Amino acid sequence: MVDMTGGVFFCFNGDTEFGGRPARGQERGKAMHIIVCIKQVPDTTNVRINPETNTLMREGVESIMNPFDEYALEEALKLKDAHGARVTVISMGPPQAEVILREAMARGADDGVLLTDRAFAGADTLATSYAISQAIKKVNAHPDLVFFGKQAIDGDTAQVGPGVSEFLNFPLVTYVKSVKISGGTFTVETQMDEGVDVIEGNMPAVMTVVKDASTPRFASLGGWMEAKKTAIPRWGAKDVGAVPDMCGLNGSPTKVVKIFAPPTKTGGTRMDGRDEPDAAVEAILKMLQDKGVA
Amino acid sequence: MADTPIIIDSEKCRGCKKCISACPFDALYMEGKLAVLKPEECRACNACVKACPFKAISANVKEEAKKESLSDFKGIWVFAEQHHGKVQEVAYELLSTGRRLAKDRGCELAAVVLGHNVTDSAAHLIAAGADKVYVVDQPELAEYEANVYTDALNQLIAKYKPEVILAGATAVGRAFFAKVAVRARTGLTADCTALSIDKESHLLHQTRPAFGGNIMATIMTPNHRPQMATVRPKVFKMTTPDPKRKGETLMEALKLVTAGTKIVKAERNAANVNIAEAEIIVAGGRGLKKAENLEQLKKLADLLGGVVGVSRACVDAGWISASHQVGQTGKTVCPKIYLAFGISGAIQHLEGMRGSDTIIAINNDPNASIFGIADLGIIGDLFEILPMLIEAVEAKRKN
Repeated sequence: MVDMTGGVFFCFNGDTEFGGRPARGQERGKAMHIIVCIKQVPDTTNVRINPETNTLMREGVESIMNPFDEYALEEALKLKDAHGARVTVISMGPPQAEVILREAMARGADDGVLLTDRAFAGADTLATSYAISQAIKKVNAHPDLVFFGKQAIDGDTAQVGPGVSEFLNFPLVTYVKSVKISGGTFTVETQMDEGVDVIEGNMPAVMTVVKDASTPRFASLGGWMEAKKTAIPRWGAKDVGAVPDMCGLNGSPTKVVKIFAPPTKTGGTRMDGRDEPDAAVEAILKMLQDKGVA
Repeated sequence: MADTPIIIDSEKCRGCKKCISACPFDALYMEGKLAVLKPEECRACNACVKACPFKAISANVKEEAKKESLSDFKGIWVFAEQHHGKVQEVAYELLSTGRRLAKDRGCELAAVVLGHNVTDSAAHLIAAGADKVYVVDQPELAEYEANVYTDALNQLIAKYKPEVILAGATAVGRAFFAKVAVRARTGLTADCTALSIDKESHLLHQTRPAFGGNIMATIMTPNHRPQMATVRPKVFKMTTPDPKRKGETLMEALKLVTAGTKIVKAERNAANVNIAEAEIIVAGGRGLKKAENLEQLKKLADLLGGVVGVSRACVDAGWISASHQVGQTGKTVCPKIYLAFGISGAIQHLEGMRGSDTIIAINNDPNASIFGIADLGIIGDLFEILPMLIEAVEAKRKN
């Protein structure tokens, strides 16, 4: 099932495992617990539509961790560095999405959970928000912070973070550039359309993180070694107590009617200005004047 | 307990706790071996009804009878986002599109304003096409806060039952509409580029790009109401307001939840360029080679009364802040003139600027994909052409 509405878009092949050993962070007792939700996305530069069949051509398209999620993870890891925290990464997707959870753990996350189940296939943002919030509640009913990237680059909706805040009934702060915490309160800078706001609140909260935040760290070799040792449990709809009617296609109010290739704008005048830059400048100037500028 | 949305039969309940994990709102808890409802948390989603293996939980029939059928939802609403009393342009753009949709659907068009000291804006919204304006003018709404705004709009939705609600895909609109849709248990389509009413089904057809603009999808919300969509600023054109238009203003007083967060400082001013609003954009990409060369772009932009835009490469290289970035992960722009220097035209970039009225591209690679959409494509060295162009424009100004 192809999902254009912004949820999870692939087919699943089931194969759910359970269990896994207790996460490393759990041993630390009362440390802050931060959950980071990450998504595996196709590198959208290379996704195309087959004009004859109107279906996605995904062959050979590389899958990556959603770039915005890397920034969300980095903010969580910075808080861990500064204050000590357990950082849990959660992803919803096919079994192969496990690789981004390992990558996140190699960078410093303590543990990860993969939500994977045929029942989730075709989920739009409502059904995705529901499934993820159920998983968060199972990981910890009272986490301190839940981070998302601003949006995923395949669906581009920016709706799942806010949706999860609604299901968890946590305050929501979007477009976060930096996070400071002190006691039970947070102070964040957010990138709004007209400038930067500074916002305060009490934890818990859901935050979505923009790219202006600090540059994500690389995974160390040691990190990879450590990450490989930790089991990543795979949870299905039943494991997180999700009602089938609210999952996947059944739980999705939005339906895709059709997909098609975008209209192509055909280029206009072309000229070679390599030998005659004067003529090129003249042409630009004329067009600017025709449009009422310059 | 007859008025609670769900009823738990204590005879049938075996204390299996399945309803508790099924409830998305923590509205159930265990008292000994019995599930008990917290009616104030319950939102009647009936998840527990379906989860109970013993049929001990049922939807309150009285509540069920109140459940509106889809046809009870009527009218098209536009959320008129305002900052300190000034309605954002995107609201007017949506009203002009809303007029067309309302005509096709044969229904009313209404605007909704949430804020403080915002009542004056109603007249502008009526002039721009609204038949009705719902105004909630309260101090708690002076600044946007996700939960408070969500509460306000959801109360209005529950009371008036609109069939369609549209909002601008701004920083505020995108986040808060996602909450509103989840609370209303309905669908929301982000960043639509086309909206129409389907002639047969009378449903809202919502078309949006996905996968970085490589694909377009048309989406609808058949069985849930309201049908919700956001639209990026500048996607639809504003129509000329008609000050003689007649409309009705309805003041609503709401009891609202308390805010979860508060704004302690806001640094917003016009100097923070909002490239999405700009009429002229002088843009540069990787071809600029170094940060210093952005100064030249800035010079040309200043001369033309425009702003500087960049491709992602420049932001990633740390040359300029992300607020200047045009494209899928930056801003969608639709200026009158888009001048692209040294931008090859990755699909993500093109998606953010293909709506520009006139595109002029200068690139030394004859195969640069930006030439495919440029009205004027110049194969050439930007370091040669840019200074000459600046000089030529300056000369023109002096005459």
